[in-house]
Amino acid sequence: MSSRMKNIIVPILAVLLGIIVGTIIMLITGYDAGAAFIALWDGAFGDIYYTGETIRQVTPYILAGLAVGFAFKTGLFNIGVEGQLIVGWLAAVWVGVAFELPKFIHLPLAVLAAAAAGALWAFIPGLLKAKFRVHEVIVTIMMNYIALHVANYIIRTVLSEKSDRTADVFPSASLRSPFLEGLTDYSRLHWGIIVALICVFIMWFILEKTSRGYELKAVGFNQHASEYAGMSVKSNIILSMVISGAFAGLAGAMEGLGTFGYASIRGGFTGVGFDGIAVALLGGNTPIGIILAAVLFGSLKVGALNMPLEAGVPNELVDIIIALIVFFVAASYMIRIFIDRIGKKGAK
Amino acid sequence: MSLMDILSIVIPSTMLWAAPLIFTALGGTFSERSGVVNIGLEGLMVIGAFTAIVFNLTFADVFGDMTPWVSLVAAMVVGGLFSVIHAVASITFRADQTVSGVAINLLAVGVSLFLVKFMYDKGQTDIIQKGFSKVDIPILSDIPILGKIFFSNTYYTSYVAIIIAFIAWYVIFKTPFGLRLRSVGEHPMAADTMGINVTKIRYIAVILSGALGGIGGGIYAQSITSDFSHATISGQGFMALAAMIFGKWHPLGAMGAALFFGFAQSLSIIGSSLPFLENIPNVYLLIAPYVLTILALTGFIGRADAPKASGVPYIKGNR
Repeated sequence: MSSRMKNIIVPILAVLLGIIVGTIIMLITGYDAGAAFIALWDGAFGDIYYTGETIRQVTPYILAGLAVGFAFKTGLFNIGVEGQLIVGWLAAVWVGVAFELPKFIHLPLAVLAAAAAGALWAFIPGLLKAKFRVHEVIVTIMMNYIALHVANYIIRTVLSEKSDRTADVFPSASLRSPFLEGLTDYSRLHWGIIVALICVFIMWFILEKTSRGYELKAVGFNQHASEYAGMSVKSNIILSMVISGAFAGLAGAMEGLGTFGYASIRGGFTGVGFDGIAVALLGGNTPIGIILAAVLFGSLKVGALNMPLEAGVPNELVDIIIALIVFFVAASYMIRIFIDRIGKKGAK
Repeated sequence: MSLMDILSIVIPSTMLWAAPLIFTALGGTFSERSGVVNIGLEGLMVIGAFTAIVFNLTFADVFGDMTPWVSLVAAMVVGGLFSVIHAVASITFRADQTVSGVAINLLAVGVSLFLVKFMYDKGQTDIIQKGFSKVDIPILSDIPILGKIFFSNTYYTSYVAIIIAFIAWYVIFKTPFGLRLRSVGEHPMAADTMGINVTKIRYIAVILSGALGGIGGGIYAQSITSDFSHATISGQGFMALAAMIFGKWHPLGAMGAALFFGFAQSLSIIGSSLPFLENIPNVYLLIAPYVLTILALTGFIGRADAPKASGVPYIKGNR
């Protein structure tokens, strides 16, 4: 079997295995698995309102997936998407509440501020990796917590009077759309999905159509060969992290300017950044794959909220399934061996 | 407020917050010394906290005052079992160890909250009645001055944690097993050539990290939060990971770092009641452990280097 076919079959099998194990868990714990999956489907697509909510959830997932996937292409593991998302969210809301400008200036400014903040937050681990060969995984994890606490502090002291949330952003900086909301029975669907799809195109264009993208990928494949070919490994590492962080910051802008319209004190992480790892892995770090994986995880997450109501099954079951999918994709060595065995039997 | 009063508040509080970090950071040390990156420590703490609380609630009548200790043993066993998933994925199936760790973290939260809802029909458990409680350690607390600072109003678990750190140091640096563990993490092929079973050593190390992480979670839940919900473990596992790195992959270094991070955590909570800290925003204390870890990695506070084979699956016959 060709490796291209395998690259498509492995994620599909991983999803199936995740769902099968999820079903087994429900059977053991005595929940009605059939009802659970029907509730899941209804909760994601059963009604135009739910569809709107699903697309809303898919939006930050696409961007978080792009962020993780883009860094992966250069051989970097950006586990700090969560922190970059938080600073992006904060920056977008900050611009959103600080000025009142015409919409065609204000909205792009707020969105760009988020991208810049995310990029800056990812620049630090990129720089440390390039200059001091410090592993980016650890630094980005640490940066996540720094982002969380610093953002909380700024919200409490600078952006509000000791309150636990900021004011709403001015309408001129909002991604909200009465048109889309009306279309989907007053879901929180906003224009962010357009931004996300544009970013998918940008990622594809940078990686496939520019010589810079070629360099970024080359560094991901083999640093020594790239160095020998005259590319600057260091600047490519930093650039890759900066672009990745910009995508992550935009994911924060989607939440700050679209879904919520404000920023609030957080006790913990949003989870979007970590789910972005799942999206990128399942999507094989390719633009189309990331869209498909984001749609899958977005509909699972939104649909899950309906499971306790309609089927009496805890929505955490979906978190288990997502974790298992990540696990099976990560351990795809197992699946590949399995496919090889099947392939050989077929040949005989 | 005299210095004496301040110390007798700050030190027991530091020890309270440090104990779970010490255990979990030691777990991380074992795993990484064998060459397996374990960012699933957070998830292992979640599983430990969940197991300890459920066990405590279920068996409080049976074991009486011994309940929290027996619950810790349960948390240790379940944490060890849970880490087998990480071991299978990253050792046998050569998965990316960071990704597998992420999966462990996601899975632990999903499974434990799912089971809480399954068992109790609500999002969090009841408050446990038999948690670890403050004690004055007999005899030692009667020592003048030192007794009041170090051995009064404190928890036994903190001392157990420090003792275990010394045991871990002995095991890693003074026993044949420790030598094998370190060699497998530095140069698995050389170790294999010398007849060391790389796979077996790595499995043992990862399971040890699960057991210690489980204990860490169990202590945290039974001495600090007293129940289990989605917010029980919020970053302590990653902080333990930071402590391990800040301690340069050395058990005693990890313990020192964990104590220091525990100090920062407790100051961020009780700081507002201390005279000279009340005007300092606690954000500095909250981010201190993470900033310091980054600085340590960068080399500003003595460079910290990971074991050489850390994160690389060992494939027999590959050069």
